[in-house]
Amino acid sequence: MQMPKADLAIIARKSEILARLAAVLPQDSIISDTGELRAYECDALSAYRCPPLLVVLPKTTEEVAAALRICNELRVPVVPRGAGTSLAGGALPTADCVVIGVARMTEVLEADYDNRYIRVQTGRTNLSVSDAVSEHDFFYAPDPSSQLACAIAGNIAMNSGGAHCLKYGVTSNNLMGVTLVTMTGEIVKVGGAYLDSEGLDLLGLICGSEGQLGIVTEATLRILPKPEGARPVLIGFDSNEVAGACVSDIIKAGVLPVAIEFMDRPCIRATDAFSGAGYPDCMALLIVEVEGSEAEIEDQLNRIIQIAESHDPVEVRKARDAQDAARIWLGRKSAFGAMGQINDYMCLDGTIPVTELPFVLRRIGELSQEFGLDVGNVFHAGDGNMHPLILYNANKEGELETCEAFGAEILKLCVEVGGCLTGEHGVGIEKRDLMSHQFSQDDLEAQMRVKDVFDPAWLLNGAKVFPLEASERRRLDLARYAAE
Amino acid sequence: MSLFQPTDEQDLSDMLRSADAPVRVLGGDTRGEYSDPATQISTAKMSGIVDYVPGALTMIAKSGTPLSEIEALLAKEGQQLAFEPYRLGALLGRKGSSTIGGVFATNASGSRRIQAGAARDFLLGVRFVDGEGHLIKNGGRVMKNVTGYDLVKLMCGSWGTLGIMSEVAFKTLPAPELTQTLVLHQLDHAQAVAAMSQALGSSYEVSGTVYLCATQSLYLRVEGFSNSVSYRVTALRALLGEYGEQEVLDHDASLAFWSDLRDVSPLKEDKGDIWRISVQPSDGVETFERAGFRTGFYDWSGGLIWGSVAAGTDLRARLGHFEGHATRLRGLSETVPKFQPQPEALARLSQGLRKQFDPRGLLNPGLMG
Repeated sequence: MQMPKADLAIIARKSEILARLAAVLPQDSIISDTGELRAYECDALSAYRCPPLLVVLPKTTEEVAAALRICNELRVPVVPRGAGTSLAGGALPTADCVVIGVARMTEVLEADYDNRYIRVQTGRTNLSVSDAVSEHDFFYAPDPSSQLACAIAGNIAMNSGGAHCLKYGVTSNNLMGVTLVTMTGEIVKVGGAYLDSEGLDLLGLICGSEGQLGIVTEATLRILPKPEGARPVLIGFDSNEVAGACVSDIIKAGVLPVAIEFMDRPCIRATDAFSGAGYPDCMALLIVEVEGSEAEIEDQLNRIIQIAESHDPVEVRKARDAQDAARIWLGRKSAFGAMGQINDYMCLDGTIPVTELPFVLRRIGELSQEFGLDVGNVFHAGDGNMHPLILYNANKEGELETCEAFGAEILKLCVEVGGCLTGEHGVGIEKRDLMSHQFSQDDLEAQMRVKDVFDPAWLLNGAKVFPLEASERRRLDLARYAAE
Repeated sequence: MSLFQPTDEQDLSDMLRSADAPVRVLGGDTRGEYSDPATQISTAKMSGIVDYVPGALTMIAKSGTPLSEIEALLAKEGQQLAFEPYRLGALLGRKGSSTIGGVFATNASGSRRIQAGAARDFLLGVRFVDGEGHLIKNGGRVMKNVTGYDLVKLMCGSWGTLGIMSEVAFKTLPAPELTQTLVLHQLDHAQAVAAMSQALGSSYEVSGTVYLCATQSLYLRVEGFSNSVSYRVTALRALLGEYGEQEVLDHDASLAFWSDLRDVSPLKEDKGDIWRISVQPSDGVETFERAGFRTGFYDWSGGLIWGSVAAGTDLRARLGHFEGHATRLRGLSETVPKFQPQPEALARLSQGLRKQFDPRGLLNPGLMG
């Protein structure tokens, strides 16, 4: 993965930039010490690291605006950062950039149960949004696996999903309004406590724009009343194909589970050994969760089991209580940790039409042989969002490169069968160079023209999302600005 | 006035490339209001279902495909468009069917919006031709997709001002086995909004909340599997016991009521301008009063108000500054814009986007500001 060459002229002006920022921001909000900057050198795509020039951690929207105004005036690139949990390198700095992080902006500004929304500063973690309304029996629906750590700012930037979005939708379906600070330091309010837009859907455009259009400092989020209860059933099959067909049948039958999770054999074995969840030793495993009152749960689970029975499952385990439920989820929730214990891994995120599951899983198996690297599959099957985990040894010469090449083949396969490169993690730097497999030049140009409107100088996170050669002309304009 | 009907994307692209005067973009011509003559481009000849996979809950259709054709095909598989797009044809006195492209171009979302989402939440992918004739695709046909910017949402609700859609991919959902409607009678506006809020604050998954001012009746819809529906209706009746008289509409009566509502039936006799205001539900009653609506109804938990005023009324002058937006869906005015003018910063961004996608200002110029 290439990154553009850092602008040495900007690096040479570090003390000037620092002085300008220090003149308008509280002393403790700026990090300039080389050692401390290390903490910001990467996100969760930790194979790539680069300490930034400076880090700013504002406490208010106005401070974010002040910092952006100065960076814009001095033509210094900015990389926005939430909690730094991106798996796609969305928050990877460059040596000539200022990182502006919202980690200290964690306040709940307003919770309104009659109108069912919460307004927060975006440095607040995903889970603590739900925690803030839990006492009133409400919750915030999108639940990425990293929800304990990830910030709402990053959720909005990447349009994060989670296991339960089959029923409740992803971030953009639960986002009602934002306060956005653009690169010029202008504070813009988009949307609010009411539904839909008076004009063009700028909110929909901002969500998922990977921090390239502005920095979101406040968000109005839809909250929902908690369901009366939820319980899963675990179903084991002796082939991926049959499990895939069962998923499709469940969806078609009109049961709307909150989650349908899928694990294949390598993943089942690894997670079981790691967590002691007691999973059956089978080829494929589904965890299907439904919600409602006791009677509703029972009714839906029975319908699902009836559908599963027609596919000759090797095991059906219905959770009878919360304890059973926790045991069934235990393995799934520790899947990434379990794979990580075996080896280093790369987590992919392509989405495919649900009906293509069996073919794609078979093809991934063949590719695994060709590249000589093991792969485990654990994913949100209900919406076709796959998470192949490719195992490799980072200390072995060339194995990261082999792993990346293997990953690229899988993602191209996802596109070929009618899917996409990323379902919920974002493009970042990780999938940046594959974008031209999914999009034509005109398609990419249309997206880049949107960035031209919000950030004409391409200072905000400019080396992400678009292949470097596609964005080069626009970014070189930046270099020209800098030279002037 | 001339009418162009491109038959495919290339045709559409050629027409826009060579266009030298503004064009009006039409689907089934059931939603727009206009008085001046202009060259029209209609998607009517770009029609047909490209792909439908019930097991994946997705359909791809050309933009000019009639909504009626799509809904009939979905019904055969026991599925539906969960955002139940409202229809304006009857109110505007238009014949013919709305098109799927028109539904998404206007982000036409019905009563289930509060529970299932808006049209924009169901649109998965688009192919469109911009004002310079570039063919652009965005999104795809899968449920979860964060690959690149979400131009799908940008196109949805852009009323043809950024490009003309040629093909749309969208999510379908199973139609519920049973629908029932709990009706509460003789509530005033404030009581109705309070009851809606209570219902939606419960875990009983109410999928429609409508209060008709004329009859002072509140309609709360519950859908799903039979056992579940009867359980939830019973629970709701207990929860809302304090509001007095209750009635339950059975399945058929419920379907008829909610289908009528999609045609905005409570306003069908009215001859004035028709407006739609979106606010937070707790502002609904005050907004209705300030609007001075002759008649109307509340949807979306009280946060969406439909109402009518005398033709030519500047409703926004009556409303003053408020958090939300008001759109005129029937009626023409030289001086009062159809859409709520955006705050300066947003207007500038919108203008910038229009310049990028339609630099010559050909597509429905002036419609959205």
